[in-house]
Amino acid sequence: MLLNVQDVEIAYNRIKVLWGVTLCVGEGEIVSLLGANGAGKSTLLKGIMGIAPLHRGSISFLEKDVSKKRPWEKAKMGVAYIPEGGRVFPDLTVEENLMLIASLHKEAFDVKENLDLVYSLFPVLKERLQQKAGTLSGGERQMLAIGRALMSKPKLLLIDEVSMGLMPKLVSEVFNTLSLLKEYGISILLTEQNVPEALAISDRGYVLENGRITISGNSEELLGNEMVKTSFLGL
Amino acid sequence: MTFGYILSIATFASIYAILILGLNILTGYTKQVSLGHAAFFAIGAYTQALLITKAGLTFWSALPLTILLSMIIGVVMGLPSLRVSDDFLVLTTIGLNFIVMGITEYFDFFGGAMGIIGITMPTIGGKSIGTTGYFLITLSFLLLTICICYLFSKTWGRLAMEATGEDEDAAQSLGINTSIYKMYAFALSSTFTGLAGVLWAHSIGSVFPRNFSFEMSVLFLSMLVFGGLGTIRGAVFGAFVLYILPEFFRFIENYRMLVYGGMLAMIVILQPNGILGRGGLLDRCILRLVKKKAETQEIS
Ligand SMILES: Nc1ncnc2c1ncn2[C@@H]1O[C@H](COP(=O)(O)OP(=O)(O)OP(=O)(O)O)[C@@H](O)[C@H]1O
Ligand SMILES: [Mg+2]
Repeated sequence: MLLNVQDVEIAYNRIKVLWGVTLCVGEGEIVSLLGANGAGKSTLLKGIMGIAPLHRGSISFLEKDVSKKRPWEKAKMGVAYIPEGGRVFPDLTVEENLMLIASLHKEAFDVKENLDLVYSLFPVLKERLQQKAGTLSGGERQMLAIGRALMSKPKLLLIDEVSMGLMPKLVSEVFNTLSLLKEYGISILLTEQNVPEALAISDRGYVLENGRITISGNSEELLGNEMVKTSFLGL
Repeated sequence: MTFGYILSIATFASIYAILILGLNILTGYTKQVSLGHAAFFAIGAYTQALLITKAGLTFWSALPLTILLSMIIGVVMGLPSLRVSDDFLVLTTIGLNFIVMGITEYFDFFGGAMGIIGITMPTIGGKSIGTTGYFLITLSFLLLTICICYLFSKTWGRLAMEATGEDEDAAQSLGINTSIYKMYAFALSSTFTGLAGVLWAHSIGSVFPRNFSFEMSVLFLSMLVFGGLGTIRGAVFGAFVLYILPEFFRFIENYRMLVYGGMLAMIVILQPNGILGRGGLLDRCILRLVKKKAETQEIS
């Protein structure tokens, strides 16, 4: 198993937000994390990356316990995280945003190969290399955020609401791109408000309610689930 | 206005420019706002003063020791930055001023309120170098500092620092060990600030606790913010302008804190990138001039 989350609890200022969450992501899988606003989806991704400290439970990546590892250590092991809103570095240029990670860990990454992959997925970025990331359009910024994460050739990509602020056409484009990543051996755990689109590219999914996982299953099962239908699909 | 007076102004302006270049690495790159750089300045000046007057070292033999100690103390004082949030870091650095002032004032070892006097000018080949010679030494150190800062600004280390300053969580999840880069920033920053302290101590010939008050830290931050956070040209420009102006308009002297504090607030609101920083008032004027020149050349 690539990622194993066991019985994880996370609290902010002693207020528990996640209660005994258990999930897993296998090699080559795309897994969706669904849930209403405030359910704890972003918190779970932060916990996996190591930005939010675990209160209880454990996380293993590639069969190694990484519960106590700092974010940068996990990044070097092959976990990449795209936070809500992308959060590219606004004062750095597109090129600097992309090259930063590869240049800091030259021994670990094949810069050229990764850059080629990013350019082939997002040709727009190539035209904007010298532009400050802060001046990119919302959609371009999301692409840069994905591209930046891919520069480390991660094994696992954690994505928080990649479609936020994108027009519908772009949303499907971005989802298409994500499903392509499978071929490069990249597994994905993503949170998404666009439930049908997310499930369309996912193998499996989990539903998070008030910090607990209440439903899990493969995408078809979830699409057929009464609760999912009423809460997320508006059927 | 005598030649000696101009020389002394140029010397002090260069010293402050070195200091502000140091502050720029910490506050400009990693966005760790310091209102305590007078303390780092004091550490450089006092260490050098003690090594000269008590240990009998010369300018040149004491300098590397002082620089090394400044760097170490910078890292130690930077450790809280790994634990506290940015707002609390500002408070912590404000505290540094009072700690250093308190220690130098209350312990006889540091000369107490009477300070340390008799910090002689450096000599070269046994000969005293005079104020002109000292200005040249200071200027050389400024040029050296600018060179190092320029070379550093071209490295990925600077980008990692800026990324840390812009978004620490995002930087961490990209594999940047932000703690290390924050410490690097403190180390580099306190090194240059300590160097400025050394040059200042020899230039004045004495050090007193009140030379390194909280007010000075406010002045330093104003210089950097005025010139332009995160740029070398802005740091040098801010230091020169804000040091030289009050020298010519003596009446400002009495309202110094009011002027600097007010200006700091105004700049932050009106010109957040500083006068000569990216997109600042002067920066845009210069860009426009350069463009115009290029256009006229094209036509002719
Ligand atoms: N830094 C924080 N401090 C305190 N409480 C927080 C913090 N971050 C999140 N929370 C709380 O934790 C709960 C879960 O938040 P989280 O951001 O994980 O939800 P989410 O499922 O991502 O929601 P959304 O769909 O709106 O993005 C919310 O009640 C939120 O108020
Ligand atoms: Mg969220």
